[in-house]
Amino acid sequence: MNALYTWSAITTIVFASVVGDVLMSRAMKQVGDVGALWRQSGLLTVIRRTLSNPSFLLGVTAMAVAFFSLLFALSWGDVSLVAPAAASLTFIGNAIAAKIFLHEKVDRRRWVAAMLVAAGVALLAG
Amino acid sequence: MTFRKYLVLAGVTFFASAGDAMLSHGMKQIGSISIHHLPSVIFAVINPWVAGGILLLLAFFATYTTALSWADLTYVLPATSLGYVLLALVARFVLHEHVSPLRWLGIALITGGVGFVAGGPEITTHHKSQSLHTAHGAPMAAPATRGQP
Repeated sequence: MNALYTWSAITTIVFASVVGDVLMSRAMKQVGDVGALWRQSGLLTVIRRTLSNPSFLLGVTAMAVAFFSLLFALSWGDVSLVAPAAASLTFIGNAIAAKIFLHEKVDRRRWVAAMLVAAGVALLAG
Repeated sequence: MTFRKYLVLAGVTFFASAGDAMLSHGMKQIGSISIHHLPSVIFAVINPWVAGGILLLLAFFATYTTALSWADLTYVLPATSLGYVLLALVARFVLHEHVSPLRWLGIALITGGVGFVAGGPEITTHHKSQSLHTAHGAPMAAPATRGQP
């Protein structure tokens, strides 16, 4: 039963993380280079522009869902299972989502990298 | 990529792993949360380890969003996984724990994957970002370093 809770929480973490990451990436690309914007118009402008971005707010919500799912998962399951399982599945999910929704050029180099990192993270759990 | 941008990515790596480590330590102290008392997770933040972990994760969030403002999601993400390598190295050389051959292989895979991504361009999309205009609407020159590996 505990395993079912743990894996449901992991699935929720992965889904919410991917949604959050994609929305956040979209939001920050719309905001623009934070360093350049800061030098140009000051920190307040950076904060105002970021906080008023709808994708950012939705992304934060999704990340909060992922965060609380992580807290539950960590209290139910072993950190050596939960953290790497969630992280490595999020990797694969993000590579797919970044290609579809963000139109990033996920070329062979990045696919190989995503697989290597996901496999490595999974191995660290063992 | 400028030195400052690499520093931001290093911050992403460090804050993510240190924050996760503190959170996990705190949640182990609190113990299992019953399915019938889910709201009790709110009180978890009273634990100093959980509170410290949340502070570090806020720092992670700041560096992460900064990195996402000038790099692809699939470029920034592998940087966060370097934290696992960091934790394993700390376990081996600071805490003198045994790190199994399988874990060393995992470390090698992650490091290789990050090296793969880092060797390519950090951004592959072309966004018309608002930052190309000042608050007054006057055009501003794009940063010279943008888009260069």
